[in-house]
Amino acid sequence: MIKTVTLNKTIAEKTILNDINITVNQGETIGILGPNGAGKSTILKIIGGLMKPSFGHVMIDNIPVKENNLEIKKKIGFLAHNSYLYEHLSPVENLTFFGKLYQVNQLEYKVKELIREVGLQFFMNEPVRSFSRGMIQRLAIVRAIVHDPSILILDEPHTGLDQQASRILNELILKKKEQKTTILMVTHDLAQAIETCDRFILMKKGVIIDDFVLENKNVHQLKEIYLRQVG
Amino acid sequence: MRDLIKSALAITWKDLYAEWRTKQVFSTMLIFSGLVIVTFSFAFDPTNNTIRAVIPGMIWVITIFAGILGLNRSFISEQYNDSLHGLIVSPIDPSSIYFGKFLSNFIIVLFVQMITIPLLFILFDYKMNGNILLFLLVLFLGSAGFICVGTFLAALSANSRSSEMLLPIILFPVISPIVIAAVQSTRILLIDVEEIESLFSWISLMAGYDLLFFVFCFFLFEFIMEV
Repeated sequence: MIKTVTLNKTIAEKTILNDINITVNQGETIGILGPNGAGKSTILKIIGGLMKPSFGHVMIDNIPVKENNLEIKKKIGFLAHNSYLYEHLSPVENLTFFGKLYQVNQLEYKVKELIREVGLQFFMNEPVRSFSRGMIQRLAIVRAIVHDPSILILDEPHTGLDQQASRILNELILKKKEQKTTILMVTHDLAQAIETCDRFILMKKGVIIDDFVLENKNVHQLKEIYLRQVG
Repeated sequence: MRDLIKSALAITWKDLYAEWRTKQVFSTMLIFSGLVIVTFSFAFDPTNNTIRAVIPGMIWVITIFAGILGLNRSFISEQYNDSLHGLIVSPIDPSSIYFGKFLSNFIIVLFVQMITIPLLFILFDYKMNGNILLFLLVLFLGSAGFICVGTFLAALSANSRSSEMLLPIILFPVISPIVIAAVQSTRILLIDVEEIESLFSWISLMAGYDLLFFVFCFFLFEFIMEV
């Protein structure tokens, strides 16, 4: 379970987040929506341990994130705007490196299995610098899940992906959802969000303006709510 | 502690492997060092005995300036694709990033020294008669002190737009004690062997500096990793 308690973030007198209180239950898939500059990515960065809040705190499984930080980080898989991959290394080398940092068991087998799962088996030993945006994004999501995290944080994962790559990504997200992984996803793509998310949080100017569940998975209804609230 | 060392070694392996593949930093450092040695060998007459007095200084000029080229790249290379953030969100102690980077920078500098110092001796027609083990110890301690401070300050300056200019400016004042001690020790070993008694005070100074700054940088590193 993830719980943020009066989360505030101020950078150079500019308020990025203002009293954010979210509770995410184990196994929930949440889409965080909102215009640019709403503070969506900042929430993910704070939960992922990349940024510290100015005020307030995050609890993961009832443990404050600042305490026992390393144990909490092991539970989180973070996919950000950038891939975090090393361009001179191949997919196998990149994933082996991150797998070592996360102390993954049976690493060699797992790395190859995951690379096959995202359809990059023919490029296993090619340096990442020669990859297209879609291939890098597929590898980046594998990097985020190499250690089987129980919480998956995805920051605009569909950006720049073609149809096939989007489908592979959605399949991976749905598979993780079946395994009761908690997923927090920031996206501008409402069609992709409706396909994978159960609950939606709307944000504007650092504040949560709506938090709702859409039972019928209707993208038009989601778009209508979004436009009505965000404008 | 075991996990910290394992993560640090993984980072060192990754850096050295990437370097082995690209040879970007190593070749730049070697070309720079080679140019300095060749230029000085033409500028001074190697047959003149007094010229030997510049050798200790040249060893450390090459080490420091070539080392700065490597230190600059060490954290800038982590900025492509925000790879450093990938390390920050990993379940590793931030100090292991420092330790891993320190080891990889140190190994690269030692490799550069292994090639450039014999070249310097050949081009200056210098035959070493002093204690080689003590000379290696001085190189080891001097380079370690320079790299441990340099790695820390390279991480600190990496977020600056003009990091390549900033690093030397903030690094030189801090490393001046170790540079003075290293040059003096090298001078005693290579030229003024009769002053050998004072060598041990310089070596003690270098060992103390290394220990103090390594511990200081190791524990403070997590504060400069905050985004």
